[in-house]
Amino acid sequence: MILPYIYTISICALILAIRFMSSPRSAHSGAIIGIFGMILAILSDFIPLPQHFIYLIMALVCGATIGIIAGLKIKISSLPQMVAILNGFGGAAAVCIAAGDVHMFSPSLDCGGIIGAITFSGSIIAFCKLHGFSFFQKTSISHHTSINFILLLLTVLSTIMFHCHNEPLYFSVMIFLSLLLGVFIVLPIGGADMPIIISTLNACSGWTSVAIGFAQNNLLLISIGAIIGVGGIVLANIMIKAMNTSLIKLFFHPKINNQTTDSPNKLAQSISPQDAAFIMQNSAKIIIVPGFGMAAASAQHALKNMADLLRNKFSVDVKYAIHPVAGRMPGHMNVLLAEANVSYDEVFELEDINHEFSETDVAYVIGANDITNPDARTNQSSPLYGMPILEVSKAKTVFFIKRSLKSGYSGVDNPLFFAPNTYMLYGDAKKVTEEIDKFLEQ
Amino acid sequence: MLFLSTLILIFILSCFVGYFAILRVTPALYSPLMSFSNAISGIVIIGAITGYGSDFWNFIAVFLASINIFGGFAVSSRMLNMFKKKGTKK
Repeated sequence: MILPYIYTISICALILAIRFMSSPRSAHSGAIIGIFGMILAILSDFIPLPQHFIYLIMALVCGATIGIIAGLKIKISSLPQMVAILNGFGGAAAVCIAAGDVHMFSPSLDCGGIIGAITFSGSIIAFCKLHGFSFFQKTSISHHTSINFILLLLTVLSTIMFHCHNEPLYFSVMIFLSLLLGVFIVLPIGGADMPIIISTLNACSGWTSVAIGFAQNNLLLISIGAIIGVGGIVLANIMIKAMNTSLIKLFFHPKINNQTTDSPNKLAQSISPQDAAFIMQNSAKIIIVPGFGMAAASAQHALKNMADLLRNKFSVDVKYAIHPVAGRMPGHMNVLLAEANVSYDEVFELEDINHEFSETDVAYVIGANDITNPDARTNQSSPLYGMPILEVSKAKTVFFIKRSLKSGYSGVDNPLFFAPNTYMLYGDAKKVTEEIDKFLEQ
Repeated sequence: MLFLSTLILIFILSCFVGYFAILRVTPALYSPLMSFSNAISGIVIIGAITGYGSDFWNFIAVFLASINIFGGFAVSSRMLNMFKKKGTKK
């Protein structure tokens, strides 16, 4: 039996791969080690050759081709939905395995099937939301907590029935109910909570591997599944802390906000791109705060251009500040800035840069809102209260690049818009930044 | 055939390894990490290859899981390449 030894090698390779991600410098070699470990694990399973291995290899090659082509062709702006849908495929695969082994009547296999089905349908809904299908954006379900409870109960019930009667029909019912459960869990969750959902779904696909591993007595599935499962939960937990929420709150009391509060009577000062460019080139230190608006407008290249102009032509100190939940997946902003060739030495996380805002001349907030809302610190009645924020308000001048004064995802007004040192630059994040670039170049 | 106790031991130890490995990852790399671990979670493919289940379902499972694995690797190495680019430039 050589298989356990090969498995051990590939487990070590995959752990090393994750460990190598501790720095952007070593991450790439980590990925190569990981791919090696994965391919080793897959190939080793073809010894001894399973029945109908030709078909399995055909399926493998077809899937791999589709996966690689899709992964390489997808636009940078649609990366979050790509991650979501790929995760869904993993869940669907687990359901298929559970369906194939249905005659084993193994409870842990059923667990794998249930979690896999939830992962699958949840990921598909997450994909639709991220892709911006409008139907999925505005859906709010009344009594959705009780619906989830009933569905969960029914799923458990059908599993028990399945084992009492050994009737495959109950298995289909069980899978169908879990699919519905996945839909109902993810459907009411809003865009800004997507980073949490994506990492939770990712964790779920790890737990399916664990369940199937226990059913099939496979140490590789258990080990790798547990690492991914725990890793996903750790990531989700980091996001949850950064949003000052909890998983229970997220799943059972999601705050859906369809009301679009129009700008109140208070007046916000606006400024033209030309004046903004003038102020920025005469300041000593600028911190750029990107948010989902930057991703939506793909403004990162214009932004990088602006930062370069300011730094090289006017010798301004320019830094980027990133809130953990900015964007639609964990680390979304970092990837976009990396795409625009921003060096990672210039990009700082919340806790590393927050104290620097008080000595900053201009905070350039591009497409972000809630993560800068000072109410989260001062106003106890605000729903955002307690959430860690980037303290932009401490900067001497704040520029907000937004399309309107509308409140962000949380539906809470941002008092910062009306502060005496805040100036609004209305318009598309990319166009505004490009205009500023134009004036800076002159 | 492994004992259940061995499997549980492996499970618990892997949980700890996963916890400490992920904690050390820098926040800047969370996106590639996610899509990487997403790719690895396609490991269920092994359950389909070595599984005793029906050929039809195994075939579909292998197909779906391999999209997950190779798509995930393609996406994460693309993301990591972006980080690498600047590293060499500087």
